[in-house]
Amino acid sequence: MNIAGHLSYWFTIFLTIAGLYIVIARGNLVKKLVGLAIFQTSVYLLYIAPGKLIGGTAPVISEQFKLYSNPLPHVLILTAIVVGVATLALGLALVVRIKEAYGSIEEDEILKQDENPPSNPR
Amino acid sequence: MKDYLVLRVIAKLMIAFMLLFALYVQFHGDFGPGGGFQAGVISAAAIIFYAIIYGLPAARAVVPDWLVETMVGAGVLLYAGVGIAGLLLGGNYLDYFVLARDPVEGQHRGIFWVEMGVLITVAGVMLKIFYMFAGRGRGEDA
Amino acid sequence: MTLLMMMAVVTVVIAGRRNLFAVVILFGIYSFLMATVLVALDAVDVAMTEAAVGAGISMVLFLSALHLGRSEEMKPLHKPFLPLVVAAATGAALAYGTLWLPAFSDPEAPIHQHVARRYIAEGARETGVPNIVTAVLASYRGYDTLGEVTVVFTAGVGVIVLLRRSRRRKQGERR
Repeated sequence: MNIAGHLSYWFTIFLTIAGLYIVIARGNLVKKLVGLAIFQTSVYLLYIAPGKLIGGTAPVISEQFKLYSNPLPHVLILTAIVVGVATLALGLALVVRIKEAYGSIEEDEILKQDENPPSNPR
Repeated sequence: MKDYLVLRVIAKLMIAFMLLFALYVQFHGDFGPGGGFQAGVISAAAIIFYAIIYGLPAARAVVPDWLVETMVGAGVLLYAGVGIAGLLLGGNYLDYFVLARDPVEGQHRGIFWVEMGVLITVAGVMLKIFYMFAGRGRGEDA
Repeated sequence: MTLLMMMAVVTVVIAGRRNLFAVVILFGIYSFLMATVLVALDAVDVAMTEAAVGAGISMVLFLSALHLGRSEEMKPLHKPFLPLVVAAATGAALAYGTLWLPAFSDPEAPIHQHVARRYIAEGARETGVPNIVTAVLASYRGYDTLGEVTVVFTAGVGVIVLLRRSRRRKQGERR
């Protein structure tokens, strides 16, 4: 096990746990969604970094190049990026509705309002 | 924002180029980086840019709601239709080599129509989501 | 890899900042840095998609949601000790799990055997498309792309259902 070979994994793990920390430690809903997006992009890096071959090139066939990086993770991550933005759009739509229903996007205030509901429910 | 002259002029210059670039990315996706998703997002970004500068009602006049909602569904139908065409012409679902006499030509055609379907759906969905978010705070409907 | 260091710094700053507008702009910076790292890793298709989607559409959606939310500041947090411990424990477990993974850019790694060799060797000849990523996405793995287009469609329908307002309720008609 050499340090230089695994450095990319450790950077990715740092980004992952940073995203995880933002999701579980912050109470603001929009900030939680930002943390979730950071978590997702770190997973992209986790998949694509092992596919890279030093000395290779982008996987577009041409006569000048012989060694290509692995195209299979690129395909999977393309799908994952679009699914990620779909999730983000739905999450933000939910945040907008929560803001209109409860009047705030802080988790603590929403929980307090749920425990003692106001007199006129929407 | 359309009172600012610089923004207006730059927007008019750039939106045409952005749409052209989206078409370039779509059709050149076979020979370089690109393809349906990127082209769909870039073309949606061009219309969103127009909506930010000139206002949402102006953008709704250029790309009306019925068109966007049709685009959302038409792309998926186009993609599934290519699969059905493969079924009707003798192969399995989503087989491309039966679509033309030469199998490689059939692959070309299949990939072309499939990427077109992806472009239409992705552009429609991104634009529709922006319309819904931006039109929400005014008290008007989608 | 200075780019990765910059991304780590941006992430830490995002965790710390309280102004939500600054957080969203920093997320855009993070997306652009990620796209640059992806170009350095030879993933050009993915970099273009990440730049367009992450730094384009995601930022627009965040800014629209912030504008609707009308709240720009976050309340002070209380007692972040337990989440820090949980995150650190998860990170340590993940780092321990990666010790047996193949090193960076190892040609003998399992990811380069099996199917990827066939795609690189036969892809341009069988499909007539030089870009292997497009060939795999649209032809070899066409079903996955059909599923993905359906997911995008479902997200659009979901947002329409969530954010639709009904009007003309007085006339008993609902859009």
